[in-house]
Amino acid sequence: MSLQFVVDGLLTGSMIGLGAIGVTLTYSILRFSNFAHGDFMAWGTYATLTIVGAIGAIFGKVAPIGPLSFGWPLLVALVAGMAFTALLALLLDKVLFSRLRSQGQAIIVVMASFGASMALRSLLEFTFTSRPTYFSRAIQIAMPVGFGIRITADQIALLLLTAALVIGVHLLMTRTQTGRSMQALSQNPALARIVGIDVARVVRVTWIVGAALACVAGVMIGILVQIRPFMGFDMLLPMFAAAILGGIGSIPGAVLGGLIIGLAEASAVQLIGAEWRAAVSFIILMAVLFVRPIGLFGVRER
Amino acid sequence: MIDLIGYGAFFLTTALIFSLVTLGLNLQWGLTGLFNVGLAGFVAIGAYTSALLTTPDDPARLGGFGLPILVGWAGAMTVGGLAAALTGIATLRLRSDYLAITTFGVAVVVQLVALNAQKLTGGPFGVGFIPRPFGSLAETPLLFNLSNLAIVSAVALITYLALEHLSRSPWGRVLKALREDERAAISLGKSARFYRIQAFAVGGAIMALAGALQAHFTGFIAPDNYLPILTFQVWVMLIVGGSGSNLGAAIGSILVWAIWAGSGTLTSVLFAPEQQARAASLQIVAIGVMLCIILLVRPNGLFGDRPRRARPGKGAEIATTKSRPGP
Repeated sequence: MSLQFVVDGLLTGSMIGLGAIGVTLTYSILRFSNFAHGDFMAWGTYATLTIVGAIGAIFGKVAPIGPLSFGWPLLVALVAGMAFTALLALLLDKVLFSRLRSQGQAIIVVMASFGASMALRSLLEFTFTSRPTYFSRAIQIAMPVGFGIRITADQIALLLLTAALVIGVHLLMTRTQTGRSMQALSQNPALARIVGIDVARVVRVTWIVGAALACVAGVMIGILVQIRPFMGFDMLLPMFAAAILGGIGSIPGAVLGGLIIGLAEASAVQLIGAEWRAAVSFIILMAVLFVRPIGLFGVRER
Repeated sequence: MIDLIGYGAFFLTTALIFSLVTLGLNLQWGLTGLFNVGLAGFVAIGAYTSALLTTPDDPARLGGFGLPILVGWAGAMTVGGLAAALTGIATLRLRSDYLAITTFGVAVVVQLVALNAQKLTGGPFGVGFIPRPFGSLAETPLLFNLSNLAIVSAVALITYLALEHLSRSPWGRVLKALREDERAAISLGKSARFYRIQAFAVGGAIMALAGALQAHFTGFIAPDNYLPILTFQVWVMLIVGGSGSNLGAAIGSILVWAIWAGSGTLTSVLFAPEQQARAASLQIVAIGVMLCIILLVRPNGLFGDRPRRARPGKGAEIATTKSRPGP
């Protein structure tokens, strides 16, 4: 067994982990599992793709940065795409989720997110068709780094980006007043309200962070694999499994859970075959639910 | 005229099979409050089990045991019920969302097995030559369609009456009590988890039976029949009809299937063949938006009896002022 699976697993794990941060935040703060989160990913990616296209139409062909497959247009588009995805999430919350939340039945919100997910994904299929597209069709040469492992420049850049984002979100959650409010609300909503935390603001920040990270994860998939309307929906089970494995509400947990699932998937691909990849997260999910339902870093529910 | 009756029979047969799935979902969600977003998986389990048991021997895959159709249906219900019971055992002691996520996973895995376990399921090409009841009548399509309709209606009616009886029985009253006020029901000595697992298993068995009926009606099954869109359609049917009401579940299915088939015909008339796939996705958007609007505007559907009372408990809500004091 070649050690290449470590790189593949870390990359898949980064995508799952970035997505799982959003899942775990919505789950712990807004108290529902958002089945539309995967479709935020796909929408963010298609938005980024569209903006890259628009920049290309205005400025012509832009040379890629160093050994990477993309140039500054993608970076600009990524930031715009993150903003777009955040707006989409806020809009969806305003017209749908917040109204259902105020009716008080948590599971109805889950169902609505399922309906919204179906509608969002089909709308993408309608606009962009289900044919896969790519940010770039250029082939990158993977450089050997020893132990039989090869890695491309894109992959290194994206791993670094993931690390930076995860550290950033972690600092936001632990070192800023906003982050502490978010934690307070997830641990004890009643008490948080009594001490005067602005709930509406925390809800907004939760959607913005979750959706922006979903967009980054989607663009990563777009750069390294391909862009399809179903790309986010297919990530849903690994993301949920990662969030539960890491412990609901824990950001380091979500990332670690994502990395574990990514590595497990990559080694399963080598050992059993790529067609069974999607079963890995289900098996891990079931194992966690039977053995330790609160996950690695979870807090027992009160 | 004959064609029209033939088509009507065909349409109703499909709609009634959907009603059967919706009845199963109504037992799980409407009566017990258990959220199943992987019901396509349970339908698929039923279809494949029955197909495996009743098809003639096929050297390319396991079995084909050539058993009678009724044995296939019984097998489908058993396996579907067991799968649902296992899912319930794993998740029903946890928060309700965990059940949702797990059932979602079940559907993904069933789809994966259907696609990849060629020896068991025939892979992407599916299973053919599934025996059809009254197969000898296939030369006269009208008679064939009508006899199929008769069988499916009979099964749907029996299931409907059985569920009506169950929901009035002491068993059904415990389920309703658990849904309305879990703590009160537990204080009367009812094991919430055990009753819920039972309800989830029976619902799963009904869904599997519906899958088996469908398989024997069309004579051919493939993994594509059991995509998440099926789950979604059935949910819309239940919500439109009104969760909690068996009659609503049945009528909602026929109504939504009429809208679905009608809009499908409409898009095939309105759009050029190369645009059909895109038009079909617009159809899904419309139904998805419809689901969200019904949830917002008329959450009880047409016949629903679900009282709109927030259940205090595990899913502590963020936007309500009512909140349980900590331990």
